[in-house]
Amino acid sequence: MVTVQMEEKGIFDQFKDWYTNRHEYAKAWKEKGGKVMGYFCTYVPEEILYAANILPVRILGSHEPQDVTEPHIFAMFCPFCRDCLAQGLKGRYDYLDGIMIAQSCLHIRQTYTSWDLHIPTDYSYYLPHPMHVQSPQATPYLREELIQFKKSVEDWIDKPITNYDLKRGIEIMNANRRLMNQVYELRKKRNPPVTGLEAMYMVVSSQMTDKHEHNRELESLLQKLSTRDIGDPGERLMIIGSEDDDTEFLAMVEDLGATFVTDDHCTGTRYFQEEVNPSEDLLNAIAERYVKRVPCPSKDWPKRTRLDHIIRMSKEYDVQGAILIQQKFCDPHELDTPAIKEELEKNGIATLFLEFDVTVPIGQFKTRVEAFLEIMREEDLF
Amino acid sequence: MSTTKYPSERLKSWGKAKTLRENYYRDFAEAHDKGGIRWAGGAWSFDAIPAGLGEDVWCLTGEPYGATVAFNKELALECQEAIETKGFARDLCSYMRNYWGSIILNKYAWPQYSEEFPKPDFMWQDHICCSHAKWYQVASDLEGGIPTFSIDVSVGPYEELTESRLNYIVGQMHDGIKWLEKTTSRDYNDELLIKAVQNEFRTCHYWAAICELNKTIPAPLDEKSMYALYVLGTLRKSSQWTADYYEKELYPEIKDRVKRGIAAVENEQCRIMTDTQPPWAFLKVFRYLEKYGCVSIGSLYTFSLIGLWEDKEDGTWGPRSIPEIEITNRDEALRALAEWNLSKPEWQHFYHPKLKSEMMIRIAREWKLDGVLLHFNRGCEGLSLGIAENRLAIQKAGFPVMPFEGNMGDEREFDLTRTMARIDAFMESLGMKKLVD
Repeated sequence: MVTVQMEEKGIFDQFKDWYTNRHEYAKAWKEKGGKVMGYFCTYVPEEILYAANILPVRILGSHEPQDVTEPHIFAMFCPFCRDCLAQGLKGRYDYLDGIMIAQSCLHIRQTYTSWDLHIPTDYSYYLPHPMHVQSPQATPYLREELIQFKKSVEDWIDKPITNYDLKRGIEIMNANRRLMNQVYELRKKRNPPVTGLEAMYMVVSSQMTDKHEHNRELESLLQKLSTRDIGDPGERLMIIGSEDDDTEFLAMVEDLGATFVTDDHCTGTRYFQEEVNPSEDLLNAIAERYVKRVPCPSKDWPKRTRLDHIIRMSKEYDVQGAILIQQKFCDPHELDTPAIKEELEKNGIATLFLEFDVTVPIGQFKTRVEAFLEIMREEDLF
Repeated sequence: MSTTKYPSERLKSWGKAKTLRENYYRDFAEAHDKGGIRWAGGAWSFDAIPAGLGEDVWCLTGEPYGATVAFNKELALECQEAIETKGFARDLCSYMRNYWGSIILNKYAWPQYSEEFPKPDFMWQDHICCSHAKWYQVASDLEGGIPTFSIDVSVGPYEELTESRLNYIVGQMHDGIKWLEKTTSRDYNDELLIKAVQNEFRTCHYWAAICELNKTIPAPLDEKSMYALYVLGTLRKSSQWTADYYEKELYPEIKDRVKRGIAAVENEQCRIMTDTQPPWAFLKVFRYLEKYGCVSIGSLYTFSLIGLWEDKEDGTWGPRSIPEIEITNRDEALRALAEWNLSKPEWQHFYHPKLKSEMMIRIAREWKLDGVLLHFNRGCEGLSLGIAENRLAIQKAGFPVMPFEGNMGDEREFDLTRTMARIDAFMESLGMKKLVD
């Protein structure tokens, strides 16, 4: 990848700024009179929160060493869940009015429960969510859970959420998804106008800003991207794995001359690829979207549907190599990694497996990524 | 010099439990020779449902099998190294790795019954822990593709059970029966299902009733022995042989021990409980505790992995009563089975550690404990979930806690010497002196 040509103002700066200054943003938003909900997993139906004029903010870590979670979460659980809890224990999310989780992996569930025990908030909600998303029973079940959740939010804000509100919530979410899909579509080009790092700032910032504002920024971005040229992408890479907002890692890899052209992350495509298909029963439509979205590996059974999905994406984006990266101790991903690695390699895509911790050992990873790229380049020679 | 405070004697029904366990592994290995079917799945799977396929259906539950492998250190290491070469992480569930390793090595932990790992005809699993359904997804891959059906039971705590949550599970069960018929080409027999459900009620009730008797001082059972007894419920809780053994042999025997003041540990002077699965290759830890006159009366794990409990009228915790209902058809049987299982104490902490802390503190009080040993078990993320919060809550309730780190099925992650040293320090802090060198 070549360096981005000088732009009057970095067209992704706003996204980066939102990501970097997420707390300041949320506090300022709250001053306008709204409630802010911290959430722990992308299975949380933000549509209902937007319908209630609540700002959903995904709780993420800060990638700093910390010593406050040891008494609360056994060290064999993933560093991400501990890093997230550390943010709460350090008071960095003290502006939250409520917290919630939609059931997914056990690890992040502990962050929610320890937060619930030790960090007082006005509202706390555990949303049971089907793990057997391949079952025909999943959507009707989730629909009923969404009815309960909606009622709980109504009680909290002391105001009914109407069908009109729900439609508004769905539309704001769908617009955000549609716009980000359009940006990703451009990454399929021979010379993608977006780097992996920029895409990450874009997607992750959407999880912590008001999507009305985020959508406006995306619309403006799309206009600018149509003429943007950042040159030869180098090796076209895909990044696959668990929660990942390790911008430092992406920057390092792309500095070595490769470009991430797509991903399978819950801070990437898994978050936004599918829209809600509105129908008369709006909660059923929302339930259907969360049941049928590209699953987190914790919900991808008995069939491993992500294999086909990943291979399809790798073809659409003309991927040459994949970095499989996961949070250390992340069982759901560990259970899929060997199968994904094998399938990618069977399809001629080189792979590199790496494990994240709270901090990224950037020097060691750089050596391994350099070697990985070298191998790919040698194969190109012959 | 040992101080004998109480009479002690061996369990009369011990040999029967051993025989039942051996028969179980033999029957699975020999199922095809008898023209029968064999399936594999978890210890919490709804084993009453495949029972409706006929009386010649045998199963292999993964967790007890993984523990059996763990008990054989050499085989366990071989299994673990085999699976690591396939790219699976060392921090995954160690039972699961032991089980997968057996498949790859094609070695059965009971070579007297089969040299080779007996390939199941189908997989039938439940899902509440992240590893459950994925365990058999991978196992199916390793076996070259075996039909697999898993039922998600993670619908929130029992105290918040709703009709739609129950319907979600029951709906999957109905789908599962259709799948079983299609997969095995057999007609399903609802009468056998109903019989199995009723057996399961008895198994879960009587195991809890047996554990309740350990409130007595001296405790008639120690946890190390309980491991060899509760396991029957994890092998096949819906079988007549398990239910009959608990109801007609073990329960009367333990009741009789209580009546006669028979102790599991003859110099009992200190009572503790543990938590989560023990490091199976190092059960000698429990014998070491006995040198201090310390008996582990069990744990939430041994009590309620299979046993079901409820609040009694006098405010105490006791065995959940066997439902006095007439089951006349498949749907009633499935609903009763789902509802029964959802009350399982060991399923509650998956949603919040406070639910487990409350039960553990209750055990500590009602079983009159002096302290608690918490196994921070690197081999099981499901049962270690929230354990750090449990520690804080139990301490806050006034019970001394000794955490120790280990792994139920991977001896490479257990430090025996260090654990013994911690026990010495813990016993000293409780004011206990060694009664036996």
